[in-house]
Order: sequence, then structure tokens, then C-alpha cells
Amino acid sequence: MLKELIARVRQGYRTTPYPKSSPVLPDRFRGRPELDAAACRPDCRACAAACPTRAIRFDVDRPTLDMGRCLFCADCTSSCPPGALRFTQDHRLAAWAREDLVVRQPQPECAGPPEDGRLRLYRRALKLRQVSAGGCNACEADVNVLSTIAFDLGRFGIQIVASPRHADGLLVTGPVTENMKLALEKTYLAVPPPRLVIAVGACAISGGPYVDHPEAHNGAAGIVPVDLFVPGCPPHPLTILDGLLRLKASKE
Amino acid sequence: MSADRGLSLHNGDAAALASIPRLAFGAFREHTVAAVADGGRIAALFALPASAGVARLVVVLANGRTGSLSVATTDVGERYPALTSDCPQAHWFEREIAEQWGIRPEWHPWLKPIRFHRAYQGGRDAWGRGPDAPILPSVTDFFRVEGEEIHEVAVGPVHAGVIEPGHFRFQCHGERVLHLEISLGYQHRGVERALVGGPTPRTIPYMETLAGDTTIGHTTAYCQAAEALSGCGISARAAALRGVALELERLANHTGDLGALSGDVGYLPTASFCGRLRGDFLNMTALICGNRFGRGLIRPGGVAFDLEPERAAELRERLDRTLKDVAGAVGLLWEAPSVLARFEETGPVTHEVAETLGLVGVAARASGLERDARFDFPSGIFRWAQIPVSTWQSGDVFARAWVRWLEIQRSAAFIREQLGALPDGPLRAPAGPPAANQVVVSLVEGWRGEICHVALTDESGRLAHYKVVDPSFHNWMGLAMALRSQEISDFPLCNKSFNLSYCGHDL
Repeated sequence: MLKELIARVRQGYRTTPYPKSSPVLPDRFRGRPELDAAACRPDCRACAAACPTRAIRFDVDRPTLDMGRCLFCADCTSSCPPGALRFTQDHRLAAWAREDLVVRQPQPECAGPPEDGRLRLYRRALKLRQVSAGGCNACEADVNVLSTIAFDLGRFGIQIVASPRHADGLLVTGPVTENMKLALEKTYLAVPPPRLVIAVGACAISGGPYVDHPEAHNGAAGIVPVDLFVPGCPPHPLTILDGLLRLKASKE
Repeated sequence: MSADRGLSLHNGDAAALASIPRLAFGAFREHTVAAVADGGRIAALFALPASAGVARLVVVLANGRTGSLSVATTDVGERYPALTSDCPQAHWFEREIAEQWGIRPEWHPWLKPIRFHRAYQGGRDAWGRGPDAPILPSVTDFFRVEGEEIHEVAVGPVHAGVIEPGHFRFQCHGERVLHLEISLGYQHRGVERALVGGPTPRTIPYMETLAGDTTIGHTTAYCQAAEALSGCGISARAAALRGVALELERLANHTGDLGALSGDVGYLPTASFCGRLRGDFLNMTALICGNRFGRGLIRPGGVAFDLEPERAAELRERLDRTLKDVAGAVGLLWEAPSVLARFEETGPVTHEVAETLGLVGVAARASGLERDARFDFPSGIFRWAQIPVSTWQSGDVFARAWVRWLEIQRSAAFIREQLGALPDGPLRAPAGPPAANQVVVSLVEGWRGEICHVALTDESGRLAHYKVVDPSFHNWMGLAMALRSQEISDFPLCNKSFNLSYCGHDL
């Protein structure tokens, strides 16, 4: 017992002060992308050609970048001669509406949380069941890490629970493979209504690298109604945490 | 020793497709069975379409003692006599061949689908299912034990933890597991099929997400293959940085696994400490490339990010600090009788079983097999810097935990050595298009074990076929065997001690 106590003292207090203080992310971290259409060269489509998931499209001459498809690989920035595209350090990427994940200039105002009163239910306690439906275990790992002492999800009253019967909603990862479609539907129906669904990662939002594969379904929204989208490949744990905390921030 | 009838290749060297011997089926079967009996191992066995009604079987045999890889092919029609009856290592591979191409390995002892999808060639199905018959995961025959007191337990695909989906069917007598059958395929995304015709801008993201916790391992295996096909050599600096990233991946996952094993026996201090420490290793990978899993780092021709002196110094400093904490956290395990009592003699896999099944990685080394691609088939930095192979004899959960701890120490020593003397050189050499009609076998020792990629190009230099063998493909059967005569309540512990990939298997 003494050894455990000594080890405990040596390990120290390790929980991040987030969200009270802003996080320190690695300098090469790729967060919310930023576009500067004015710097674009006419008829240059190099970024769109380099993008593995067709996240970049052109609205006449103005590029738009869909974070729901983006893998944050930066193949676009390295192929953009004038630097019209860059990834900022901003880790806050979650959105209530799918179309609000599209970065454009000027950026329209984003949709707010659903106004059906559901969020009131989660203010004190929010229990989620995770369903991996073709996820590569990176999104899963960075959801799992939120329950460790480094993030201590429990202090926000949020818990990942073992059964959908105990849950307020689902946290879905993966493009929803054909072989997981039925299991996802059944797990969704096993959650007592009203239900909440959070799609985490490019796969769960759009199919990610597996977009348009016949073996998958381009994400969760085609199978179950999604309330919150958390983009990234995988999203940083703080990006996921930021998304989850939006569910608790409702004042309505 | 029987004369090797295959094409002899080194890890990461390309050769002309035409130089692969095409054996008569009898000779092919004999060659494979004899090589495995002689201490070789099936690294890959797969089929590809040859002409109408004819499929070509390709076998890659690996012999760790001689460091040689041998490739041979044969042509078969709609059925052929299975290799599995004489060579159990072929078991899972032949089920995959049957499912993908509708070819029937006759007299296969347990011919069932492994991923539950339709065959790649329309109109052919190894089980005679019609084109409109539904194919649902795990809807198949399961091995059943009959008897008054026998009961069956079915678990999954959705599990209690934050974990990928798979289905486990236990035949039990009371607590005792007589047999476990594992049914996968829920994660099947069709990666291999999508790779054909490449490389495309999506090829790298496929590699990085084959098994997301093995991003560095799989992407390195692909890049080695792509470089061999295009005749591109990478600099010593790029090779060293790839090695550092690969070992950081091992450190993160081994540390996480030791914490999870600790949690599964209810010993919370180590579980709690290691959960955080795993993240610290992931953050070191993010220090190099901005992503905790190494996305964006490994690219054909080298690496996309440098480790400047200040960054290397910071990495070194963080590594030292984290390793000290890992030693403290993991050291508790070996002194806690309550932990050792649960680890020891739980889920044993004997040396013979490990050898017969062709297990790889930690699971093989924990059963006393000296098997490590970094040592047996060195490529990249491992041609110059050697990491001793860590083994233990007992084959139980303890051995799989202990081997991880040995490997943590040796990976850390390797990274320190590399950071102390990073060679100069360009980060990335231009990698041209792949050459036409080539074959390459690329092996990387990922943290779970041997990753094997086999690439074949067509006459225009596009990928005509791409085979991925994740270490989990060899090892799932090892987990099933480890559960024999164990208590069903020990399943989570045994499962965690293997920690196999679902998506890496399902592809």
C-alpha cells in the first residue's frame, strides 16, 4: 500500500485545467482551417486536386472547405502556392448543423443548439453510449482518453456508459459500414427517448476516406438523426471535449 | 531442407512479376507445407483473378532464421484441395480467399466467411449463395458443444467499452470456456479493393486509417513498397525519423495496454497512471507532426516533418520524464501479489500452438518465439540500429504484459540513441510513379506484430493488387486458443493481453 501511495505522490496532479484556461497545443497542430480567397490565383484549383476527400470545392472562384470531409492532412496547404489556405491552432470545430462545418468567406452565422428543450435534461448529467461503426480506433482512442485522469470527463457530469439502456444518447464513430448498420439502428432504438446523437470524426460525418464506398454509408446521418458534429481525423480530445461541453452549456 | 522453389526476395525489394515461379498446384502445395514444416511461416497467402474462371494463388513465405522471403504462385479453378489440413497457418487465409473470390478450398475443416461481404467476382460464391441472398455479419454456423449443462454466451458486436465491434461466441460448462469462436467483419470498409488502380490522393489516408492506432506502422509499410516500386531511396535522416515514430507508436500502445490490463484485474493505480502516460507519448508524436497518431508524417520518399535540434531536445526531455513515470507506474504491477495472481497462468498459449498458428508480435514472443521483423527482416533504420528481441516463455497474460514492459525499455533506448545522433539528409526524396509489372513485399514490425503489405503493379504501373496482412489476422485465432479451459470472466483480461485490431483485420 505504501508503494502505491508513494507512486501516487510522484505521479502528481495531472488533470488539465481546460476549459478554465486555454490549452497549449503543439505548434504543428492543425485546427480550424482559414481561407483567404483574395490570395487565390485565377483558375488555380491545386488545393481541390490535392484533397483526398473532395473537401475543397469552388463556389465560382471562391474556395470552400468542408470540415466534415477534411482529414486535416494539409496536402492542400502544401500544394497552394500563394498560401491562401492555412490551418489555425483553433481546436473548437464542433457544429450543430452539418452545413456549418463548411468554411467559406464570408462565414454565415452558425446554427444554435436544438430548441426542443432536450438539452435541459443534460445540464447535470449526460450519459453516452459509444458505437464504433467502422472507426479505425483513432477516434475511439481519443474518446476513451477523455475518461482518463488527463481530462477527467466525470467532473463535467459526463460519462460513457456500458449499455444504451443507461444512456441519453449515442456517440458514433466510423463511416457506418454496411455490416454495422443494423447494430447501430438497434443500439439507437435501445436508448430511451428523447435521444441524442453525436457524430465524431470525418468518417462519422461524411464517410471520411471511405466516402462513397459501397461497403459503407457516408456517416451516421443517413442512418440516425445527428444532433452534433465533431470534425477531425481524429478530432483532438479537446475538440471532442469542447463539443460535449456545448451540450451542457445550454441556458434555455 | 527442401529446395526453395519460390522467388527469393528481401524485405522492401521489388522484382519483376514474371520472375515469380508459377508452380503446378501440387508443387505449390508441397512447397508451402514443406517450408512451414521447416520453420517457415505464411506471411501472406491470397488470390487474384488471372483469367476467366482461373484465379492465381500467391504465397509469401517468411523464414526468420535465414532472413529470406519467398514468393510463389499457382493457378487454380473454382476449387482446389485446401492447404489448411496439412498446414493450420493457412486456415484464416483460405477462408479469406474463398470469401473474396468464390473459390472453394476443398476439405477445409472450417470453411466459413471471415468478413461477410459478397465475392469480388459476380456470380461466384464459395457457399453457393445467390446474388440476391442477404449476407449478414455473423449469420453462419457456429461450432457448438452439446450437453445438458452446456450453455452458450454471445457477446457483441456492440461492447460495453469504447471499443471496435466484433462478435464472440463462447461454449461454456459453468464458468469454464470449452471453446470460443470469434466472428468479425463488422468493420469491413473495402480498403483493398479501393486501392486497386492507385496510387491516388486517397491511398495514404487509407493506409493511415487501416488500423488507426498503427498509422505509422501501416503507412511505413506502404511507403517502403511505393519506394521500391519507383526505385526511390530515402535518406538516413528520414529512415531514422520513421524509426523514432514507429517506436513512439509502440511506447504509446504498450503503455496503454499495461494500464488496461491493470484495470481489468481491478488494480487501479497503474490503470489510472498509464491512461495519462499513453497520451503523453501520443503528444510526443504530435510534437513531431501535429497529430497524435502520426497522420501526415510518413510520406513516400521520406517524412513530411523534420525534427530540428530544439524539437529533438524537447522530445528527449519529455521522453525521459514520461519514462520515469512509466517505470514507476508499471513497476507497481510486478510487486503486487493480487496482480500477479491474476496475470500468471491465465490465458496460456504454448510455444507449439503459437508456432503452429503462426502467431506474430507480442503474442508470439510471449510464447517464447524469437520473431520480430525488425530483427529478422530489417528494413529502414533497423538495418543499422538493432533492437534486441524481447521474449518470455510462459505464454500467459503475465508473459504478454512482461514482454510489453521489456519492449518499452528497449524502444526508449532506441529513440534516445537516434535522437542523440540524427543523421543529416533531405527529409523527402522525390518518389516517381511505380514501375510496371513489379511485385514487392514490405514488412514492418508494428506494435502488435508483423505488418505485411504485398503490392503488384500492372503494365501501366498502377496497383493491380494490394494485399494487407495486419498482425491481428494471424493472431485472432491465438486469442481463441488462449481461452480454452479458462474462466469466461477472464475473457476481458485475455482479450486485452492480445489487444488485436478489428479494422486491421476487417480492412
